[in-house]
Amino acid sequence: MTREITGAQSLVHSLEAVGAEVVFGIPGGAILPAYDPLFDSTRVRHILVRHEQGAGHAAEGYAQATGRVGVCMATSGPGATNLVTPIADAYMDSVPMVAITGQVASAAIGTDAFQEADICGITLPITKHNFLVQSADDIPRTIAEAFHLAGTGRPGPVLVDLPKDILQSVTRVLPHEVWPPVLNLPGYRPVTRPHAKQVREAAKLISASRRPVLYVGGGVLKARAAAQLRTLAEMTGIPVVTTLMARGAFPDSHPQHLGMPGMHGSVAAVTALQKADLLITLGARFDDRVTGRLASFAPKAAIIHADIDPAEIGKNRTADVPIVGDCREVINELISALVAEPRPDIEAWWRALDGWRRRYPPGYDTPADGSLAPQHVIERLGQICGPETIFAAGVGQHQMWAAQFISYENPYTWLNSGGAGTMGYAVPAAMGAKVGRPDATVWAIDGDGCFQMTNQELATCALEGIPIKVAIINNGSLGMVRQWQTLFYDQRYSNTELGTHPASPRTGVKRVPDFVRLAEALGGVGLRCESAAEVDETIEKAMAIDDAPVVVDFVVHPDAMVWPMVAAGASNDDIRVARDLAPDFDYSGDAEVNL
Amino acid sequence: MRTTHTLSVLVENRPGVLARVSGLFSRRGFNIESLAVGPTEQADVSRMTIVVAVDDLPLEQVTKQLNKLVNVLKIVEMDTSVSVQRELLLVKVRADLAVRSQVLETVALFRAKVVDVAQDAVTIEATGTRDKLDALIRMLEPFGIRELVQSGMVALGRGSRSITDRSLRAVERSA
Repeated sequence: MTREITGAQSLVHSLEAVGAEVVFGIPGGAILPAYDPLFDSTRVRHILVRHEQGAGHAAEGYAQATGRVGVCMATSGPGATNLVTPIADAYMDSVPMVAITGQVASAAIGTDAFQEADICGITLPITKHNFLVQSADDIPRTIAEAFHLAGTGRPGPVLVDLPKDILQSVTRVLPHEVWPPVLNLPGYRPVTRPHAKQVREAAKLISASRRPVLYVGGGVLKARAAAQLRTLAEMTGIPVVTTLMARGAFPDSHPQHLGMPGMHGSVAAVTALQKADLLITLGARFDDRVTGRLASFAPKAAIIHADIDPAEIGKNRTADVPIVGDCREVINELISALVAEPRPDIEAWWRALDGWRRRYPPGYDTPADGSLAPQHVIERLGQICGPETIFAAGVGQHQMWAAQFISYENPYTWLNSGGAGTMGYAVPAAMGAKVGRPDATVWAIDGDGCFQMTNQELATCALEGIPIKVAIINNGSLGMVRQWQTLFYDQRYSNTELGTHPASPRTGVKRVPDFVRLAEALGGVGLRCESAAEVDETIEKAMAIDDAPVVVDFVVHPDAMVWPMVAAGASNDDIRVARDLAPDFDYSGDAEVNL
Repeated sequence: MRTTHTLSVLVENRPGVLARVSGLFSRRGFNIESLAVGPTEQADVSRMTIVVAVDDLPLEQVTKQLNKLVNVLKIVEMDTSVSVQRELLLVKVRADLAVRSQVLETVALFRAKVVDVAQDAVTIEATGTRDKLDALIRMLEPFGIRELVQSGMVALGRGSRSITDRSLRAVERSA
């Protein structure tokens, strides 16, 4: 007699078979059948979060830190819609994630039943693909397909919606008997091997270039190609810039690294792209935050554009040599092709680059009133905690400073929400990263605004034994928005004052909330630091605690701004190193490379 | 320059595929002029004929983004010179005894046919290219058009080959 199992058992057995070791989620009515067999699973650990958004970002943090597919689970209706933000975030940043949602019973679909939401319809434009499962027999194949889609090609989020009656029905299709199931995805054939002719063409351009730049994006990390990138860079001597999504793909301490390009990039990186005669674009997508005004971006550069997603090639900037393929394979092929080509003559280019780098190093002002510079806090965090530490940032000024002032030496040590810009990403993402990499120190660098969006996951961390550390860069306001109000809205600070500072000018009330007491209420340790003298000591105190989450309230100067800056919609040529201060490129060093 | 292109899109015959395709067009800001979908010679494959009005560069984006949909199997652009393109028109025209013969004459001229007759109206069925149907509508307007319905365009390549043949080049494949 053939054994029968329920759809719910099939789901849990399939998750075990596909190798999912952890699921972040919250149960509820429609997904409840799945939680019963999940209770018995010894191979899948379920972590009960406090909000579904936390589950989604935790799955992202787990995936970005480990390279494996992250999994989150929620019930139908509001449970599923709470996943929408992290799903959109994962879609923008190409994070491999599978979201499993309960759905009302098949017969009730379309009737506006209790906790019904058309989550497949809602997530159509923000998932790589999604499934509404119609039979318990299909569960093993669907789970295998979901993980395959999420983790291969250009990674991304995939949602599997499971009606309650399907979870409760019985099936004779046993996951361990059919594993691995035959995938039925005739329309999905990602191209990973680059075209040899295109690679030869690229190698010729590289060899003949005089002002080349390796423009490196997150695709290099997704392809796990950091080592190959280093070989390519060193054999050619070409300068490297790493985008916000690619920090850590190339060591910041490497002499060929010019830093991050873009709106808040280094002068050297931004200028190198502007003056280049060739961009070797690897897994990057010419995002508006990198290019500034597109029409004036890198005006003299020929473009080699390698990406696993053909739709990215030519989307924003026409490519002279398009290469569709996985970045690791592309770089390996480029390395082979370049062996036969002469090394590019870029000595004069390097003299110009070094000049810009020397004249405009990353830096910041120390506040005259003795209050704490946020950049100093972040710089010391990086220096004290070391290059093995994983940093997850929220979104805003603290994110940019964390990208600028921490030296990333290793891949997968920098996690952030780049494309979507999701405030509230840091704490749950750090939690997910810590679960995936329990031996690593994981810091969330968060803002006082961001932290208040998802800090409830500290309770999860406290109870589940996930000792993350959180540095709140507390400037008392929604700092990046306030910076724009300072620069573009006549310093009219409409609705950016949060009241989290010791003395809030708007309310007169001190510290709402008090982050130290909040941390303690959530089962963690709360520390506070208000002067430069205490920074090192406080960080070391936080580092010494490894059995509970730690939150440090770094009370920093409210007016610090992120520089350099290219205003939104402006040309990268109009970069400002500080307010009203443009770099001066008009000096003799530039002349010899005919810029 | 804005031009219209006709795309034949082979998709898996599954629920929700039409929503995925039409949703993609609206999300990416591409304009659909007409869309027709129906079964093909293979039971598990449906065929969509989509007429889009775009600049040349965005057309590449349209096909590349369409190719990224997991349920899309193949996309072939139907050039007007090497394909047959047809639309169906049903039109109800006011035609009492006084003008009926003139209406019928127009119908004959366009090789259309009358599919329903009432005391004071006839319903005409016509197939053809966009231009031909536009011309027919123009000729019928003076009589008084009471109601009009048109299908989306369908298109088939000329010659003996099928777009399911491997040899026929699909618009660039993708991840």
